[in-house]
Amino acid sequence: MLRKFEADLHIHTCLSPCCESRMSPRRIVEQAKLKGLDMIGICDHNSAENVVCAKKVGKKEGLAVIGGVEVTSQEEVHILAFFDEDEDLFELADLIYENLPGTNDERVFGEQIVVNEVDEVLGFNNRLLIGATVLPLQQIVERIHSLGGLAIASHVDRESFSIIGQLGFIPDGLELDGLEVSPRLSLEKAQLEFGQALGFPVVTFSDAHTLEDIGKSFTSFLIGAANTKEIRKALFGQDGRRVII
Amino acid sequence: MKLQEIVKELNLDVRCGAHNLDKQVSGGYASDLLSDVIANSKKDNIWITLQTHQNIVAVASLKDLAGVIIVNGRKPEEDALKKAEEENIPIMLTKLPTFEVAGRLYNLGIRGKV
Repeated sequence: MLRKFEADLHIHTCLSPCCESRMSPRRIVEQAKLKGLDMIGICDHNSAENVVCAKKVGKKEGLAVIGGVEVTSQEEVHILAFFDEDEDLFELADLIYENLPGTNDERVFGEQIVVNEVDEVLGFNNRLLIGATVLPLQQIVERIHSLGGLAIASHVDRESFSIIGQLGFIPDGLELDGLEVSPRLSLEKAQLEFGQALGFPVVTFSDAHTLEDIGKSFTSFLIGAANTKEIRKALFGQDGRRVII
Repeated sequence: MKLQEIVKELNLDVRCGAHNLDKQVSGGYASDLLSDVIANSKKDNIWITLQTHQNIVAVASLKDLAGVIIVNGRKPEEDALKKAEEENIPIMLTKLPTFEVAGRLYNLGIRGKV
């Protein structure tokens, strides 16, 4: 049985240094439910340490939570990676950590807070999460796929840290599952400007760094269940699954 | 050479940190990849870039850079200017491209690390 899932899959938590510190998984889930979303994704910069907590809160509160991470490539391009299984996500996260130089300076970039389901601080991540990995884009996308995940290029309509901004084009053979546009652009417009022009499925998510931004833009999927396999089918229009415009 | 003299010689448009131009510039660095600037720029360097987002201010602050020159007539984003004002980082604009700015700085005696 297919139904509509309104999904905002690009939400940061207080683990991202540039994110407001009250963005705990508990508050995010609460706000997403208030906004009427059916599914959210947690994508912090180069780390997934608040994902398990967010999934627990989501399960308790009856909101589907997809685990993800926003990886920064060597070219300083942001790529969203989503997985159904935590162990696959953490395998990618380990690869990121092994290839992410530097230490965070909280004074300059902000705190990187790991929390639990009741907003208690478990610790501070001291890696330079705002920095870039030394991994080439191609290798990141291939690894996401070999681990069974979805690879979506972040905010391609923006100049900063987007594949279009950094490279100016999408390299041949880069098998992205989709392109994300920011809330600045409507999905209809984005499909013309990016989807049809570049030949990739297009989605829009909020890239929320504040509670107010959650759900500012979202994508409606006609799917059977809230998981990445179903989302992939919707992106490529398979088995009756699709993105609802 | 002081930042103030560079501003005058290159006719730069100072948008932020105008009261912080008394610094001695230790050298120059030109790059648009933030990770590269974090890895290779030196304290009190003047940094030439085309990036306009607020992360350039964080990088300049982290690395204690003397200031940032934004090229090609590009305009910094509002939040970048706000952050630069808070952090007291000089942001200077020019219509010239990176190659030309670097060349003129070199002629003024500013060097990169070799």
